[in-house]
Amino acid sequence: MLFGFEWDTTNALTLALSILPILMVGLWVTLQATVLGFFVALVMGMVLAVLKGARSRLVSWPAYAVTEFIRDTPLLVQLFFLYYVLPEYGIVLPAFLTGALALGIQYSAYTSEVYRAGLEAVGHDQREAARALNLSRARTFTHVIVPQAIPRIIPAMGNYLVSIMKDVPVLSVVTVLEMLNVARIVGDRTFDYLVPLSMVGGIYLILTLVASSGVRWLDRNLPNQGIPLK
Amino acid sequence: MNDPIIRFDNVVKRFGDHTVLDELNFDIRKGEKVTIIGPSGSGKSTVLRILMTLEGIEGGVVHVGGEPLWHEHGPVGLVPASQAHLHRMRGQLGMVFQQFNLFPHMTVLRNITEAPVKVLGLGKAEARDRAEELLELVGLSDHAQKYPHQLSGGQQQRVGIARALAMRPNILLFDEPTSALDPELVGEVLNVIGQLSEEHDLTMLLVTHEMRFAREISDRILFFDQGRIVEEGSPAQLFTSPQRERTREFLGSELDRVLAV
Ligand SMILES: Nc1ncnc2c1ncn2[C@@H]1O[C@H](COP(=O)(O)OP(=O)(O)OP(=O)(O)O)[C@@H](O)[C@H]1O
Ligand SMILES: [Mg+2]
Repeated sequence: MLFGFEWDTTNALTLALSILPILMVGLWVTLQATVLGFFVALVMGMVLAVLKGARSRLVSWPAYAVTEFIRDTPLLVQLFFLYYVLPEYGIVLPAFLTGALALGIQYSAYTSEVYRAGLEAVGHDQREAARALNLSRARTFTHVIVPQAIPRIIPAMGNYLVSIMKDVPVLSVVTVLEMLNVARIVGDRTFDYLVPLSMVGGIYLILTLVASSGVRWLDRNLPNQGIPLK
Repeated sequence: MNDPIIRFDNVVKRFGDHTVLDELNFDIRKGEKVTIIGPSGSGKSTVLRILMTLEGIEGGVVHVGGEPLWHEHGPVGLVPASQAHLHRMRGQLGMVFQQFNLFPHMTVLRNITEAPVKVLGLGKAEARDRAEELLELVGLSDHAQKYPHQLSGGQQQRVGIARALAMRPNILLFDEPTSALDPELVGEVLNVIGQLSEEHDLTMLLVTHEMRFAREISDRILFFDQGRIVEEGSPAQLFTSPQRERTREFLGSELDRVLAV
């Protein structure tokens, strides 16, 4: 029994059906970690992108260094760092939060580049036209550059959302009961790993296919001229 | 009264160690229609871009409306201009770009009203009324709600002209406004520019390869080569009896270019 659900080991099919609700509990944790990690990646990526774009090297250089450091070290190292080192400095977070944070930080290195690439893809001619019309820098950014960058940014972010979801099982090493961890526990107790692990693989496959086709749909249907302003 | 509205005073412009403008001097009077011609890379666009404050200068002084453009009067002579000064000076100028540079995510109307509302502080209704007048002027009254990609190149460029005019500039800069257009669309844009050239108060500085058109509307032609004015004069002088060998050569090559099409 796990999370109040009994399993039925009569045959593979009954086992699969009986542990499905248990895996769903794990899936719910996986999705929560995905969303929270993605949110952290979006916000922190934006902060990094802004810092990297700063005119002062004193500001931009550390942001580049942080990005490079994050990108060049394994997610697991960062996760262990947050999980085992932070408590030594009195910062004790639940395993779930630590894990989502580690995912978010890891992916902020990538999302920051998505923001930057999206903004830079808006042609210089647009900035010049805005300047010739005497629009302020802020107005140019918010109403000329950003609306044209958004359709380029969103699909790339969608791809990272899928990647984050696929990286959530890493959190199992710090005791987070996400879907894979739950499946392993079921395997430990039923002595059948094949069924629960296959189910996790299948559920991931479905989720990824659905999410990827969603991203492709966005890519096709976002207005490629930019978010329209009437 | 005869003070020039634009004055280049020993202006030097470099890109790296490539000197594009080498102590350039010229004056343009208020209301004058001046065309700059010259071979590729001679610095024609650079002159307009310096005036539109898209490009800084390395030496000399540019005056617009009697005031230094890239400088301000400090306690002891001229100092580099602040953003506030550049912002104020830019209000006198408007620019029409070779590639139109319309905002693709804004309707035609919004392209034209965005800056008047946000920069000049016009009310939305007033800005719209003015935009509609301008659209009528350029012959696009029925297209206010369209997006740029729904228009032909010639129509887009006419929106570009209306957008520049909406800021009520004293000086309008045109950088090869028809060079990106299919030949059959050139005429409609030249017609609009020709119409504007009858505005007495509007100073126009035009870079173009349309020699016939330049001849019709210009008060004066400046022939540029390698960042210097090789020859200048009225269209009649310059086109019919150019004094310099280099000018004759260039006009000959332009004629060949036209005949080759
Ligand atoms: N941003 C830049 N960086 C480096 N060099 C530049 C830049 N802009 C212009 N130049 C150089 O400056 C020179 C003058 O350029 P400019 O665009 O003013 O020429 P032009 O007379 O307008 O030519 P065209 O008829 O081809 O438009 C050219 O040699 C060009 O390569
Ligand atoms: Mg040019």
